[in-house]
Amino acid sequence: MSLRFRSSIAALALVLVLVGCDREQRQTRGKPLAETIPASASPDTVFPGDANLPKADPRAAAYEGNAAAISEGQRLYNWMNCSGCHFHGGGGMGVALMDDKWRYGGRIDQIVATIVEGRPNGMPSFRGRLTGQQVWQLAAYVRTLSGQERKDAVSARADEVSNTPPQTQTKREPLNPADSAEQ
Amino acid sequence: MRRGAAWLVLLLTGCNSYQNALGGDGAEGANFVQLFTVFMVVCTVMYLIVAAALVFALWRRRRTALVLDDRTHHQTSRVVRPALAAWTALIGTGLVVLTIASFFTDRTNAAQGSKPQIKITVTANQWWWDVQYRLPDVSRNVRTANEIHLPVGIPVKVTLKSNDVIHSFWIPNLAGKQDLIPGRQTDAQLLPRKVGLYRGQCAEFCGVQHAQMALDVMVESKEDFLRWYAGQLKPATAPANSLQLAGYRYFTTRECSTCHNIGGTPASGQVAPDLTHFASRRSIAAGTLPMARGNVYGWVADPQSQKPGNRMPTVGLSANDLHALVAYLETLK
Repeated sequence: MSLRFRSSIAALALVLVLVGCDREQRQTRGKPLAETIPASASPDTVFPGDANLPKADPRAAAYEGNAAAISEGQRLYNWMNCSGCHFHGGGGMGVALMDDKWRYGGRIDQIVATIVEGRPNGMPSFRGRLTGQQVWQLAAYVRTLSGQERKDAVSARADEVSNTPPQTQTKREPLNPADSAEQ
Repeated sequence: MRRGAAWLVLLLTGCNSYQNALGGDGAEGANFVQLFTVFMVVCTVMYLIVAAALVFALWRRRRTALVLDDRTHHQTSRVVRPALAAWTALIGTGLVVLTIASFFTDRTNAAQGSKPQIKITVTANQWWWDVQYRLPDVSRNVRTANEIHLPVGIPVKVTLKSNDVIHSFWIPNLAGKQDLIPGRQTDAQLLPRKVGLYRGQCAEFCGVQHAQMALDVMVESKEDFLRWYAGQLKPATAPANSLQLAGYRYFTTRECSTCHNIGGTPASGQVAPDLTHFASRRSIAAGTLPMARGNVYGWVADPQSQKPGNRMPTVGLSANDLHALVAYLETLK
């Protein structure tokens, strides 16, 4: 094996290692002012059909595929008793979060709006109860329940007793609005 | 000379009275100091003997081939053999003494927990301590955080739990370490012998703010303890003026009450430190900051600048809300 070949292998390995650094970028403070969601500015999330989805919220990039945000969301999911109704994704009193039906949209900013605004038939509003950063972290975790996130960013271990495969092996469900899925 | 003095200063910074593993201010701590002294003496004596033998061997005249040939080496062995026998006997005795000393120290420490008069449950979280006093009458239970008050001379049983990762409960002056393991229950015994303020510290690396996970331990006279306990049993002080009322309203309806509990108010979150008697404590955020108005302002306004990575988010309070909240929190004596 030539020296050049060996050193290029080493350089490639180094690049691969550094790519991993992106996965867990941690912003302890968030951006409080920009992330506080004013009542009037929350996005309308009930889109007719799939045709004209508005552009994704630019804040999504900081939370999607971010292992630190997802694990914080996982902790908040239990702290805020989401599991009280949704259980650990399978649903109970509340809807299931691990299937392919998203009544109010499965994009991260739509989930954020659902948590902030609350939804009919039981989902309470967390406006003013959680900070914007916490809501985004929660939404990032909720997306992992149906396998929407990068597999290298999700947690391989569930905090609760679980009989489902770990999230690293969760199948990615399509993002169907509930109505179209039932047709 | 100056460098030597600097090293001495650096070494002595480890010696303070409130966090000192050789303080011996609790029964277990005192037993430990005794055992430590026995080990120190025995090991020092043995070390000196070995060192002396080594020096003697180096200093003694080297034997020549001629000496070996004239068959007189049995004369030296007359000295060496008894010396070796004595040395072996000494090692045997030393080891037996140390074994017996550790055995009895261990038994004495274990026996202390047999008749506890106070039971406390300490639950570790990243990065603070939840403290609950458990009485047979549950209506007289008390919950606080990051602070333990103990009456002097009364044996205490501490039940240890963890909500997230492995931590370790360590009040060096009073007793040894004990791990807190998630999903499991461990226990420790404390028997404080001397009134004073001590500092406990998490002794198992538990995440980014492990260093800022301290515990204030107040060992008091029995009367002082009972007075403190009676104070803790009361519900939180009601807001007395409009500013405090505004703070009360913000606390009980917004982000704060999602996680924090204040006894006697609608704020009933259970995942963060109980703040019912927040202002009566010695420090904020598990020993991170001393309790003072400026520090409360700094902490509430931006906890992530004081203890980055901790679980309390920076809310982004407006100045009015911040003033009101701090005014209310300061009344929670």
